Amino acid sequence: MEYKDYYQILGIARDATQDQIKQAYRKVARKYHPDVSKERDAEAQFKNAGEAYEVLKDPEKRAAYDKFGANWRDGQDFQPPPNWDAGFEFRGAGYTEGDAAGFSDFFESLFGHGHADRQRQHVFKMKGEDQHAKIIISLADAYSGAKQTLTLTRPAVDDSGHVRTTPHRLHVVIPQGITEGQRIRLEGQGLPGYGGSPPGDLFLEIAFQEDRLFHAEKRDIHLTLPITPWEAALGAPLTVPTLGGNVQVKIPPGSQSGKKLRLKGKGLSTGSQRGDQIITLYIVVPEPKNEEQRNLYATMAQKMPFNPRSELGT
Amino acid sequence: MTEQKIYIQGVVLNEETRCTLTDLCRLCGVTAELIHDMIEEGILSPEGHSPQEWRFTFIAIKRVQTAVRLQHDLRINLPGCALALELLEELEELRRLSQRS
Repeated sequence: MEYKDYYQILGIARDATQDQIKQAYRKVARKYHPDVSKERDAEAQFKNAGEAYEVLKDPEKRAAYDKFGANWRDGQDFQPPPNWDAGFEFRGAGYTEGDAAGFSDFFESLFGHGHADRQRQHVFKMKGEDQHAKIIISLADAYSGAKQTLTLTRPAVDDSGHVRTTPHRLHVVIPQGITEGQRIRLEGQGLPGYGGSPPGDLFLEIAFQEDRLFHAEKRDIHLTLPITPWEAALGAPLTVPTLGGNVQVKIPPGSQSGKKLRLKGKGLSTGSQRGDQIITLYIVVPEPKNEEQRNLYATMAQKMPFNPRSELGT
Repeated sequence: MTEQKIYIQGVVLNEETRCTLTDLCRLCGVTAELIHDMIEEGILSPEGHSPQEWRFTFIAIKRVQTAVRLQHDLRINLPGCALALELLEELEELRRLSQRS
C-alpha cells in the first residue's frame, strides 16, 4: 500500500489551519475539475484532492493521520501500525462530501469503506450512476463507421464490501458520420443500480486523432492541396485523396492559392446529414534548378507583364 | 476459447437529437424544476413555447450534466454555472482555433 501525503496533495503545510485546508481544497478542486481542466490526469488529481480533504477537514481523522508523523513520502510503501486508531471514533461514520467510490486503498484501510456502508444503510433503491468517457477515433473510422473495443475502469463493490476499481471491457459500434464532440449514449451501460434499480447510462464523447492530411470542422473535412503554377493557370484533372479513397478532381483554369473546392458528400455524412470535403488550393512555386529553368521564369516575366500589388499602389 | 464480442449500438446525440422535458429530466436525473431554473438563467433555450412543447438539443443534455457536476463538486450556484458554461464553451472554441494555426 502506498502512503498518501494529503498535505502535499493540497499544497499546504502540515500546520495549516482548518480554514487554509478548506481554501486549498477548493482551489485544487476548481483547477482539476474534469469539466474544467484539460490536463490528462485531471480526474485522478480531483479525486486525490477530494480524498485529502475528506481526511484533513475532519479534525479527528486529521489527528489520527498526523500520528504517522511527517517523515513519510507520497507513494512510499506503508502499513499502518497495529491499533493506530485506538482512541479515535470515525469508522463507519460515512462521508459528507466527495465521491468515496474512487478513494484509494490507503484511505480505505485507514478509515474504512463508508461509501458502501452508507449505500446499504440509507439508500434502498437508486438508479446507478451515469458514466462518462472520451474515446479517440481516427477520421477514417468516423467517415465509414467502425467497431471498437474499449476498456473503462469502474468502481465496484466486492463481496466484503470493499470498493475496487475493475477494468470493464465493452464492444461498441461507432456509427458512420459521427463528428467530434458528439456523444453516444449507451443505455444501461453505466454503473449498476442499487436495490434492484436499473443501472446508469454510459456517455462516450468522441474525439478525433490528429490526422496527417485531413482535419474536420463539424461535418466538413478539410484538405490543403498543393498544385503547380501551371496547373493553377491552365486547369488540370488531379487525383485527390479523400477519406473514402482517391477521386478525380478538375482544377478550373485561373485558380489562385486559397481557392476552395467542395466535394459534396465526401465529409462526415450520415443517412440524413451531409458533410463535404473542402479542398484549399495551395500553389507551390518550383525553384529553378539550372540556367534553362531560370530563363523560363525570365521569359515569363518579359512576356506576361503583371503587377499583383496594384491594389497596394506600388 | 475465443471471446464472443457483442457490439452495443448506442444512440448518437447529434444535431438532430431533440428531447422533451420528461426525456431530459430522465436522461440527466434531474427535476423539471431545475430545468425551469436553468431556462430562467439562460443556460438552456429550448424550442417551443410551453413546457409541453419544449424540445431540447443534444447541447442541452451536455449543459445540464455539466452544470449538475459543477454545482455538486464546486458548489457553484446557477448564475455561476451559466457563466462557467459560457466561458468553457468559448475556451473550447479558442483551443480548437489555436490548434489549427
